[in-house]
Amino acid sequence: MAQLGKIFVSFFKIGLFTFGGGYAMMPLFRQELIEKRKYITEDELIDYYSIGQCTPGVIAVNVATFTGYKIQKVLGAAVATLAIILPSLLIIMVLAGILNTLADNQIVAHAFAGIRVGVIALILKEVIVLFKKAVATKFQLALFVCVLFLLFCIHFSAITVVLLAAFAGFVKRLKDR
Amino acid sequence: MIYGLLFWEFFKIGLFAIGGGMVTIPFLFDLTKKYNWFSAEDLTNMIAVSQSTPGPVGVNMATYAGFQTAGVWGGIVATFGVVLPSVIIVIGVSKLLGRYKDSPWVIEIMAAIRPAVVALILLAGVELLKLSVTDRISALFGGAFFLMVYFFKKSPIFYIVLSAVLGVVLKL
Repeated sequence: MAQLGKIFVSFFKIGLFTFGGGYAMMPLFRQELIEKRKYITEDELIDYYSIGQCTPGVIAVNVATFTGYKIQKVLGAAVATLAIILPSLLIIMVLAGILNTLADNQIVAHAFAGIRVGVIALILKEVIVLFKKAVATKFQLALFVCVLFLLFCIHFSAITVVLLAAFAGFVKRLKDR
Repeated sequence: MIYGLLFWEFFKIGLFAIGGGMVTIPFLFDLTKKYNWFSAEDLTNMIAVSQSTPGPVGVNMATYAGFQTAGVWGGIVATFGVVLPSVIIVIGVSKLLGRYKDSPWVIEIMAAIRPAVVALILLAGVELLKLSVTDRISALFGGAFFLMVYFFKKSPIFYIVLSAVLGVVLKL
């Protein structure tokens, strides 16, 4: 029980004090899980991250689940996962409630009109960063172009696109073998 | 039953959004077309709030979207929905960690999914751009802002606060 309590506190803290998700959370993971609590080693953290990137879902949550599972199996995984999402649940719902009541305020409306433009710039920058990481081979470039073409011409859903791409990777592996 | 549907839709997002927070954007964008839960404009606000509050972006987005759709319980249901697939998968994979990570099958399939996901985010970004950039002032502001974001490495929070201030000043 005491162990589970400690796991909860660690991950609640990580959820509360990190901004941005993914790699932005790595320093706090390292400080809390490796240096302070010694739950995992540096190698394990890197492993969790690399696996977190090839399993579905939010990477930081995956790392929490992995670590919790390592310490105390399914119960540990459940507690760690719950603890890392709890701060988001509380903060976002309070904030969303406040923002909804302010929606008619003229200044808030202007601020959000500005934010909406700013966010697009952030998304497009992220696309460039991700593109450099994701598109390294001719095959990947061809896939990127195909998907873009399909999306613009036929409006496939995001899920269909991911399934098709996974299938393309599967077929390529069959051929490469 | 809205909660059941909400859970199912976010479960699917948790299952297919591979690669982290930003990847959920195209999936949430699909929801704006499929249901009347929240608008594409709401989605842009959600992204801004999710980036500038603590916690993983993907989780923040799910909570916000669920809350906008069906209040407090909506937020809880959507968040659990988005998290559950990865919890199940991670617990399953935990036992064969090394074998999964180094499997050539996993590596090649992931190598194929990643470029597709980039294309998805690009398209969602372009669709949202059409909604946000509506006149000459916002186009100019957006262009200048993109160059700044691209060339100066500051935290997203800095840029979101700055864009809010500029929105008020320019009366966007």
